[in-house]
Amino acid sequence: MDFTVVLAQIKPKLGCVADNLTTIEGQIAKAQVAGSDLIVFPELAMSGYFLKDLVPEVAVRIDSPEIQRLIELSRGISIAIGFVEEANDYHFFNSALYLEDGAIRHLHRKVYLPTYGLFDEQRYLARGTSFRAFDTKFGRFGMLICEDMWHLSASYILAMDGATTLICLSSSPARGIDGDSLGSASAWQKLTSTTALFLNCRVLYSNRVGFEDGINFWGGSEYIAPSGESVVRGALMEEDFVTACVDEGSLRRERIFSPMMRDENLFVTLQELQRISRQRGQ
Amino acid sequence: MAGLHANTDLLRKLLVGFVKDEVRKVGVSKIVIGLSGGIDSALVAFIAAEALGPENVHAICMPYKSSNPESETHARLVATACGINYSIIPITAMVEAYFEMFPDAENMRRGNKMARERMTILFDHSALLRALVLGTSNKTELLLGYGTLYGDMASALNPIGDIYKSQVWQLSSAMGIPAAVIEKQPSADLWAGQTDEEELGFTYRQVDELLFRMVDQRLTKAELVADGFDIEFIETIYAKIQNSHFKRRLPIIAKVSNRTIDRDFRYARDWGK
Repeated sequence: MDFTVVLAQIKPKLGCVADNLTTIEGQIAKAQVAGSDLIVFPELAMSGYFLKDLVPEVAVRIDSPEIQRLIELSRGISIAIGFVEEANDYHFFNSALYLEDGAIRHLHRKVYLPTYGLFDEQRYLARGTSFRAFDTKFGRFGMLICEDMWHLSASYILAMDGATTLICLSSSPARGIDGDSLGSASAWQKLTSTTALFLNCRVLYSNRVGFEDGINFWGGSEYIAPSGESVVRGALMEEDFVTACVDEGSLRRERIFSPMMRDENLFVTLQELQRISRQRGQ
Repeated sequence: MAGLHANTDLLRKLLVGFVKDEVRKVGVSKIVIGLSGGIDSALVAFIAAEALGPENVHAICMPYKSSNPESETHARLVATACGINYSIIPITAMVEAYFEMFPDAENMRRGNKMARERMTILFDHSALLRALVLGTSNKTELLLGYGTLYGDMASALNPIGDIYKSQVWQLSSAMGIPAAVIEKQPSADLWAGQTDEEELGFTYRQVDELLFRMVDQRLTKAELVADGFDIEFIETIYAKIQNSHFKRRLPIIAKVSNRTIDRDFRYARDWGK
């Protein structure tokens, strides 16, 4: 079905969960007033990104009042949001929730925690172990958190699991100022567009803005149609409230026009991956 | 070289945004800056004026008796061009009073003393004006260690510490910094006739080409030689980076506990901001 999505391009405060929840609730209210069906927040919207030793301090449990409040708000609008999750075994995950009609539809724990260059996630966080598509009012979705999307297999698995819409929650740092556009922005734009094109999927990309210790997050949240075409793109480096009307017709037409996913051979893929796995002795 | 070419529109947006965001998030609206008459501090003044409004930028020119008079003229030219607050506080009396006790001190000690004297004035004005001190060291200087620790290297925030001198020139042209300031020979102006390039023994353009490949692209020495760089030049620059690394780090703390500051007690400086 057709739906309207808001990509909430916010500027979280580092380590300030209460302040960020105020911002988040404000955005949710604004999206509801505008008649939107779904609002997507960035990765770690509740806490900020470069948390380091703050991870245990900002972590919330799924049964915490903060999450219960958001679940309650999802009666009025569907919500995808990133936060630090504290699990029963006291492992901490970079997680995303999809909330709808007063219930949790899906919890995704970031699988690929970048620990190179300026990133240090695996030092502080535990790795997720699955990619699963899930059903929503608007069709079958898959959720990815930032670095997850740089692994082809992640999007591929979600698409093979039936997702026709991929949501990516991101905190992508700005870098690369020698080209026509920002280096990290153009890399992401290629990635989201190509992923949409390969998998005949829509991509809803929500990236934050603001600075943490001199590192800028560049925004540019985007809705990419299944043709790979960018339909709406948010402001660069500034807060934005990106609204996109997502229509079912363009998905249907694209899947008729380019039925690559229909023809994708799961048996061949699995057979070859199993062979590689055997040969590697894993 | 594509890598040293800067998209100045993008760079300007990024650096102006940096100053606006990082200054205001600590509850401050003003900055203070030492204006030397050179291009680096001129560029930072222009960035700050655009970010916070010229009325919130306080520039101080701090000449010593041996400073080139042209420096003060250029500092005033820059302040006027971007409309910021401007004052002059000479440091001769303070520096002279000290070196009366050490009349034989060589240029390096005198130069460091001047840089640190200026630092104390800027940080005093930080308290006086409730303003953050902006740094003006560029990436070339920081990598080469061509600056005074706790002197001109000291600041609260540095907008230009990740751009090379070559990129400082490009952005300065794009932002309309007076041509006289862009075109003159870079100089620390610690003594008469001093120029950076003469003192360093190579030009900024030469060394930036090398630093970009060595630091940003992580080319090996063999690859750098294959790219046409002289091995002695490579070794010299590598040693400069290595030997000045202490200037780019906090003092080393002897580890005793389970949580040592910056070792296993790790928080962003923007913690709670």
